[in-house]
Amino acid sequence: MLTIANLSITFTQYDQGLRRKQLAVISDLDLSVQAGELVAVVGASGSGKSLLAHALLGILPANAQLTGTMEFQGAPLTPERCQALRGSAIALVPQSVGYLDPLMTVGRQVQRVGQLNGLPAGPAKTLMKRTFNRYDLPAQTPRRYPFQLSGGMARRVLVSTAVVTQADLVIADEPTPGLHPDVVTETLNHLRELAQAGRGVILITHDIDAALQVADRVAVFYAGTTVEIAAAQDFGTGNLRHPYTQALWRSLPQNEFVAVSGNQPSPENLPPGCLFSDRCPQVTTECHQARPEFRFVRQGWVRCIHAES
Amino acid sequence: MLKAEGLWFRYGTHLPWVVREQTLATAPGDVLGLMAPSGYGKTTLGKLLAGYLIPSQGRITLDAQPLPSRGYCPVQIVFQNPELAVNPRWRIDRILREGHPPQLQYLDALGIHSSWMSRYPHELSGGELQRIAIARVLNRHTRYLIADEMTAMLDANTQALIWQVVSAFAQQSGVGIIAISHDQPLLNRICQPQAMIRLNRDQSLKYAPKPTV
Ligand code: SF4
Repeated sequence: MLTIANLSITFTQYDQGLRRKQLAVISDLDLSVQAGELVAVVGASGSGKSLLAHALLGILPANAQLTGTMEFQGAPLTPERCQALRGSAIALVPQSVGYLDPLMTVGRQVQRVGQLNGLPAGPAKTLMKRTFNRYDLPAQTPRRYPFQLSGGMARRVLVSTAVVTQADLVIADEPTPGLHPDVVTETLNHLRELAQAGRGVILITHDIDAALQVADRVAVFYAGTTVEIAAAQDFGTGNLRHPYTQALWRSLPQNEFVAVSGNQPSPENLPPGCLFSDRCPQVTTECHQARPEFRFVRQGWVRCIHAES
Repeated sequence: MLKAEGLWFRYGTHLPWVVREQTLATAPGDVLGLMAPSGYGKTTLGKLLAGYLIPSQGRITLDAQPLPSRGYCPVQIVFQNPELAVNPRWRIDRILREGHPPQLQYLDALGIHSSWMSRYPHELSGGELQRIAIARVLNRHTRYLIADEMTAMLDANTQALIWQVVSAFAQQSGVGIIAISHDQPLLNRICQPQAMIRLNRDQSLKYAPKPTV
């Protein structure tokens, strides 16, 4: 359904001396999503996960240049096409109720999304009610304003905004931080149901634990690039291929809770070789030569020259 | 000891109580974990303990004295979102220098890069800015630290790194920590089992873990 290959995004900025600066915020990013599949995109803040969502929704700033391929349902995704598909074929589950209009009842808002997708007012209202019902929202919910919703109810309303679109591809951007574990599980299950109903779902999160609860595959982003795409079960079975993914897994409190020191390189200062080379415990001199290619190893994809089959 | 006794709080006389009858205590060098559902008033409780809010009833004492009403509060709080804790119009070096400058060793351990100093908060990622917010409180005037979902927005590696540094600081300086979190495995890592409080809605604390001497 969605294929992204070698995507790069560069921002042109002017600094004080009016010198042009090129910031490579995303370089060599790869991702694919099938219909009926839930793919988690995992990485630290600044790894490019949210920018990917912005690119897919066609809301990158005007100073961004894209290269590489993005294809959706067999046709190239140009910024114009992204904008045309946004809210109909490609929909976002927003991060918080802050994205809703505070002055309009949530029932009207969700109904409006249905109408913007071509439904007449009556059927859009019915669909809104059916969706709220399906998510066990109390009967008076449509008349509530966003600020009147509890954390759990707000999550269900936000998922509803994507459900009424009938979108083929649903993107959920960090839907869970700071939520109670029960609400997290519920939110993730709703996303899982969307995939089971045949849609493609991208779950963007910094939380591996949450990702592994529901994802089929996990794409790990680092400094604007995809370092690994693994099946969810590869984490528990020790079948990980990239040293960064392995470090991320080890650093969970329920595992070893140890960290690799240092930071992602900044887009102004990317090294010529592997982007993880300054922190990698397995680094060798070859790692500094060139960016590792994306390779298929042990049924998954990895960008590390030393990953072995 | 940091002690809260019989705390009640509401934002106005006609509004419902947000914090009801809470009593807790923690000692230097201890880590007290607090887990409770949203809407329970944990963040409000944290703000009361750090002197951001004044309790409607009850009292908070540090070594049997009330919290100072002026100057640097010895009880510091770090929230989930650093954007709200820093002045967006200041460069990072000014943000760090406000109050008590942090020790260099902690800046290094937190992975804070010297190139960040001339930037503004919006030019750093959330994880980078959170390290700045944390570095700011790692100084010898901080006696207690309230960590309110301090690493909930961060990836696992950054979370482990930050707790490594904060725990070492607390050990060395005899600083007590109250960690508010939804993450049971995290609390298992950073607290003693007897210093973990798990609450259901409508339950109040009335609990003082035994101080370790
Ligand atoms: S290419 Fe080298 S530096 Fe990069 S992840 Fe692999 S081993 Fe580490």
